[in-house]
Amino acid sequence: MELILALSIGVLGGSGVWLLMRPRTFQLIIGLSLLSYAVNLFIFSMGRFPVGRPPVLEPGTAGDPAQYADPLPQALVLTAIVIGFATTALFLVVMLAARGLTGGDHVDGRRQDH
Amino acid sequence: MNSLILSAFSRFLFALMLVVSLYILYRGHNDPGGGFVGGLMAAAGFAILAMADGVQAARRMVRVHPVALMGAGLVLALLSGLPGLVNRGSFLAHWWFHAGDFHSGTALAFDIGVYLAVLGGILALILRFYEEQPEA
Amino acid sequence: MLLAQAVLWPVAIPLATAALAACCWQRLAAQRAISAAGVLLMFAATLLLLWQVRAEGVQAVQFGGWAAPFGVSFVADRFSAAMAAITGLMAFATWLFGQADIRRREERAGFHPLFHGMLAGVNGAFLTGDIFNLYVWFEVMLITAMGLLVIGRTRAQLDGVLKYAVLNLFSTLIFLMAVALLYGVAGTLNMADLAVVLPQAGPSLTLTISALLLLCGFGIKAGYFPLFFWLPASYHTASITVAAIFAGLLTKVGVYACFRVFTLIFTVEGSGLREILAVMAACTMLFGVFGAAVQWDVRRILSFHIVSQIGYMLLGLAVATPAALAGGIFYIIHHIVVKANLFLLAGAIHRASGTFDLRQSGGLMRRSPLLAALFLVPALSLGGIPPLSGFWAKFMVIDASFRGGQGWLAAVALVTGILTLYSMTKIWMEAFWKDPLMPRPTARAVPAPMLAAIALLAAVTVAIGLQAEPFVAYAQSAAQALVDPSDYIAAVLGAVPAEGGAMAEPRP
Repeated sequence: MELILALSIGVLGGSGVWLLMRPRTFQLIIGLSLLSYAVNLFIFSMGRFPVGRPPVLEPGTAGDPAQYADPLPQALVLTAIVIGFATTALFLVVMLAARGLTGGDHVDGRRQDH
Repeated sequence: MNSLILSAFSRFLFALMLVVSLYILYRGHNDPGGGFVGGLMAAAGFAILAMADGVQAARRMVRVHPVALMGAGLVLALLSGLPGLVNRGSFLAHWWFHAGDFHSGTALAFDIGVYLAVLGGILALILRFYEEQPEA
Repeated sequence: MLLAQAVLWPVAIPLATAALAACCWQRLAAQRAISAAGVLLMFAATLLLLWQVRAEGVQAVQFGGWAAPFGVSFVADRFSAAMAAITGLMAFATWLFGQADIRRREERAGFHPLFHGMLAGVNGAFLTGDIFNLYVWFEVMLITAMGLLVIGRTRAQLDGVLKYAVLNLFSTLIFLMAVALLYGVAGTLNMADLAVVLPQAGPSLTLTISALLLLCGFGIKAGYFPLFFWLPASYHTASITVAAIFAGLLTKVGVYACFRVFTLIFTVEGSGLREILAVMAACTMLFGVFGAAVQWDVRRILSFHIVSQIGYMLLGLAVATPAALAGGIFYIIHHIVVKANLFLLAGAIHRASGTFDLRQSGGLMRRSPLLAALFLVPALSLGGIPPLSGFWAKFMVIDASFRGGQGWLAAVALVTGILTLYSMTKIWMEAFWKDPLMPRPTARAVPAPMLAAIALLAAVTVAIGLQAEPFVAYAQSAAQALVDPSDYIAAVLGAVPAEGGAMAEPRP
């Protein structure tokens, strides 16, 4: 489980950084999204991995914290996803407007041969 | 998009998604769901309408400008935080009403605010996307 | 309720203003009225907060009725209250300037909601006591700032926003990773709680990485040395009202976050951070000022000077003695006023001479001597000429770095000061002194609201310069609170019961 998670974070992060280096805005957006997925998984991993345990206490029990998953990283990831979604969408609008003005999706606004 | 099947079903799907989104908004009080998910689903309903009948039809269906919807949602969410200031001196400390199995409170107003804000925000973006002309 | 919740209003008011303005999307007159009311109310609220903090010490509120380390806290100590107050002043001044500068087209594209949304983000970042919440306010700021940057929808703006958005999004991701690491070590996100828990956890590699990631993330936002290149590439594309508030406030939020995190959660002293910060500060000063020397566009010169001035603030953090931190705080306050004013002046110069290019303009000395006089105040203040505010700011940080045993940093700061003066002289000579190459058809008189806004900020600069004593004393006590955050921690975690229900009672 740890290995799978670590590998996914690594692959997502690596691909994201590589895409960030690319000269086209669409690649930039995808790169930023992948990077944010990597970071989200990373936050999630900070809550440890109790498999199959609920994050919410049963009503009426004090509960042993060891028997429950940490709900906070889940809430944090949810927030980060929502915000990431908003920024990506807004960014996309800007990029579409830029494409309308320059007729291309090159980051410097120039059409170049790649 | 010109598809007979899509335009025939769009009204039905739209109504269905709107109703389900409201249900999800309401059940978010104690179960999975809530304003954000509900708002997304309602926005998807409007998106189907825009796809089938055109962006103008969807805009007419929303009646107000999506950004105004977003603002109204934000106002509602902010207002729902105020009652908590009165008796507990803490913003967003919600008031609760219980009647038998029925529980509700100012938290529902907050969720409705989130619902409207998300719906408005997504619609503002999606309708903009649909209106962008593809490269000639 | 009004006073006990004083921390709440500087964020709630602009948020509500933005929401109400968005409600009236198609009625510009209503938006204008709401916007005006919002600016005035927020300015009043920030002054109220400042007064409250001065009178009664650190203010803290908890959201949702959850007690401190579990819920989100808002805290205002002297430093953050001063930042909020200066935000209120900036909002008022730029709004005044905007009366003559903002075009209908920009208003229709959502200037008012975005402007107030950004102010809410800035104040939220200053007042939050929760590090994850800080991320949220950063993003509010980023999203609205992106909107404000492209409001004119010109090609240059779209080009600028690309650089701005990508780098800033990247920096928030880095920041988020650092937050995750902190949570992994400490299990809490409340900054006051972190300050209590982390010393018990002891130093570890994870914490070091977290500190460096935070430095990197905030560094991009603030425009520190190797990470500043997005700033001069994007700020000059915005409309001048927007550029002024960006130049005044946005990078300073990054600086504020650095000051907060590296005094409250981490310490510069004895952690090896000092050397890194010192080199960054020196390079930030020098690279910024050299970058400005080769520019001819007023706005680009000023953008590069933001970078070089950020170096002085970082210098205060690098030396990290109470005197140096006080100097840094004083510098931030002085710089926000002066830099925003210079951007407003750039707008006025553009209005009066029809161009931002210094080589094309000229003759303003004769045509509008009032503007020339008003330009001299912030320009000389930026260069550090007594008795203006910049002199005291520079004096405090340079003196503190000599005393802190960082004489070479002081030397770099002095050299940078001279070069800053060179740039200001260049603007003066080219725009005001020399004869224009040719009469420009687009030149117009500078409208009264613009002059009023510029005069207001210039008056503040002069006032800080002539009556430096209370400001210096305030900065010193704010710095003292940063060095010894026990009051901050007590106010948040509730060791001292506050009166009037300011503290939330624990949930039953």
